[in-house]
Amino acid sequence: MDLLNGVVALANFVLIPAIAYGSQLALGALGVTLIYGILRFSNFAHGDTMAVGTMVTVLATWGLQAMGVSLGPLPTALLAIPIGILGATALVLLTDKYVYKFYRAQKAKPVILVIVSMGVMFIYNGLTRIIIGPDDYRFADGERFVISARTFRDMTGLEEGLALRTTQVITVITAIAVVAALFWFLNKTRTGKSMRAFSDNEDLALLSGINPERVVLVTWLIVASLATVAGVLYGLDKSFKAFTYFQLLLPIFAAAIVGGLGNPLGAIAGGFVIAFSEVGITYAWKKVLVYMMPPALEPDGLVQILSTEYKFAVSFVILVIVLLFRPTGLFRGKSI
Amino acid sequence: MRTVLLFGAVACLILGTGFLQSWNSALLILNMGLISAVMALGVNLQWGLAGLFNVGVMGFVALGGLAVVLISMPPVGAAWQAGGGGILLGLVLGAATIVAAVLVWARTSGKLRGWGTAGVLLIGMVIYRMVLDPSVEAVEAVDPALAGYLGGLGLPVLLAWPVGGVLAAGAAYVIGKTALGLRSDYLAIATLGIAEIVIAILKNEDWLARGVKNVIGLPRPVPYEVDLQNDPAFVERAAGFGLDATTASTIYVKIEYGLLFAAVLIVLLVLSQLALNSPWGRMMRAIRDNETAARAMGKDVTARHLQVFILGSAICGVAGAMMTTLDGQLTPGSYQPLRYTFLIWVMVIVGGSGNNLGAVLGGFLIWFLWVQVEPMGHLLMSLITAGMADGSWLKAHLLDSVQHMRLLTMGIILLLVLRLNPRGLLPER
Repeated sequence: MDLLNGVVALANFVLIPAIAYGSQLALGALGVTLIYGILRFSNFAHGDTMAVGTMVTVLATWGLQAMGVSLGPLPTALLAIPIGILGATALVLLTDKYVYKFYRAQKAKPVILVIVSMGVMFIYNGLTRIIIGPDDYRFADGERFVISARTFRDMTGLEEGLALRTTQVITVITAIAVVAALFWFLNKTRTGKSMRAFSDNEDLALLSGINPERVVLVTWLIVASLATVAGVLYGLDKSFKAFTYFQLLLPIFAAAIVGGLGNPLGAIAGGFVIAFSEVGITYAWKKVLVYMMPPALEPDGLVQILSTEYKFAVSFVILVIVLLFRPTGLFRGKSI
Repeated sequence: MRTVLLFGAVACLILGTGFLQSWNSALLILNMGLISAVMALGVNLQWGLAGLFNVGVMGFVALGGLAVVLISMPPVGAAWQAGGGGILLGLVLGAATIVAAVLVWARTSGKLRGWGTAGVLLIGMVIYRMVLDPSVEAVEAVDPALAGYLGGLGLPVLLAWPVGGVLAAGAAYVIGKTALGLRSDYLAIATLGIAEIVIAILKNEDWLARGVKNVIGLPRPVPYEVDLQNDPAFVERAAGFGLDATTASTIYVKIEYGLLFAAVLIVLLVLSQLALNSPWGRMMRAIRDNETAARAMGKDVTARHLQVFILGSAICGVAGAMMTTLDGQLTPGSYQPLRYTFLIWVMVIVGGSGNNLGAVLGGFLIWFLWVQVEPMGHLLMSLITAGMADGSWLKAHLLDSVQHMRLLTMGIILLLVLRLNPRGLLPER
């Protein structure tokens, strides 16, 4: 019984949050890794692209709520995601046309593009703050829990509760659907194959008649959609704040690099590695250990390796360890 | 010629602020401009001279700020008695653990290697926490409203400036050792990460510098305004200039700060120029432009990169210490990457990467704009919204959003310079 309680506590405080967070990171890292594979630079504006997409979704959600539209138990924001994707796509394509295209034509060095993306980051960040403001917004509505801790306790008679929030379930389901669709697209469709060819060998791809501008366009479309979905899922799960999204840049990049930059499968694995380490290392394990260990060995302290404020440190340390021992990432990077 | 003209133009901008707004704000812009110029020099050394992409400037600046607290604040005796020894011992044990783990990793092989290293780390970590945690608690319990930290060494505050550089250099050595020699993107992410970690440590380790409770009232290298106002000789001299004592004292203090900062900037600028034109500088540029060729000539690229990375970071640390001295307080919550990392980058790019004078110019110009965009934006928005009805939500929203115009403006400036004049206002010669 105690063991069961321990497992439930573990699932409630570590596994479920980490899986949800990992899915969000994976979607974000996929965007970074696609840009790296096709456009060949690290996009520093990615966190703020997520913020813009989410912002449009939040605004649309408010609009829908004002019109009295609702999805019942599900958050209204799900209906608004397409509008958010449209907004993010429009902005990203405009940026590409007026900013990145010039440097692509010049064949500028990747590091120049990184600096350019820094400028874009400033602009997106400013836009978000001007349009919606720098504050914290919660926009999740509908049913809060699929199973609340109390229901679970009543159902099973265990001491520990297992809360499963609607947003967490939605996050995982959406992430699986989006990733499945992405891989189907990359592996089965003509456009997807041309994207992979372009990423593998640009010159060869051009020789075989692939239109580079089209590949770039499709890439931006996918990246904007991924960024919006990742951003909305994160915002539903926690809350929307421009600065938090900017800070997500670090774990997202860590995930993409740990997995191997340019490798979509790696980005997903990296996202979960980072999420599990972050949650696992900043969680106070006492609650779980109390159930798992004989009473004599029960720990006195919280058994928390690092306080939650150090979660950035965790993604960083994982990143450094991987870079030291496997510089191209867990999966071989740079092949889409 | 171009240099003189552009510097003259920036001087006019700052003087203009003095005439149109107030001399106090002009001097404030000048002082922060001097500090920004020093930071820009540091980044220019790394990026302009060596092509290293460091986006962790904020971390080095914050370490400089920490140095000011550690050097200049008086020690808190009760806290040292409560747990000072324990904390020091804990830190030594923590360092020893890492050294031991590295040794185990280097000396063993096979299965023993992984498990041995992990075991050493785990045991060391447990001992470290067992020693450190009670001492930290004891220290933080000492008069938490006013102290709750170990305090500093009580030395003159000016000493903190070089020490800030040394702290930053130490951090740069650790990052450089791990991330240099890998791809350039990795250095960028590594520095971004270390900057966040430095801020997280400053925010959470209350025993070190009081965390988010802030350390206020740092000692100053210049006299206090109140003392000046009470000094009859000073009041008399101020009256000679036709100024009242309050204004005169604030201006006097700012000028003294300005002179100190200018001295540091000039020394660093001269040194940077000498370095740029020395054989060492030529070697660095050769490495930047063609790493493979430089390596073929027998240059140790990674070691040179490490060297210049440490030097540039140290300069940022000095600037950070100067800034905290000027503020008179250390507020870890106020460090934001957009302001302390990316803004410095805008300065370097706009000024002209690879040109030390360009970086200095960019530091002044961009800082001036950063400060003045808000009033300008406010003016603009008032004009746009003039026709709207008072109390309409759009008008209120637009007027509110003015404070965020800075980020947008900086982004646009950066993109325009990169597009139209990628080598900056003062291009590298």
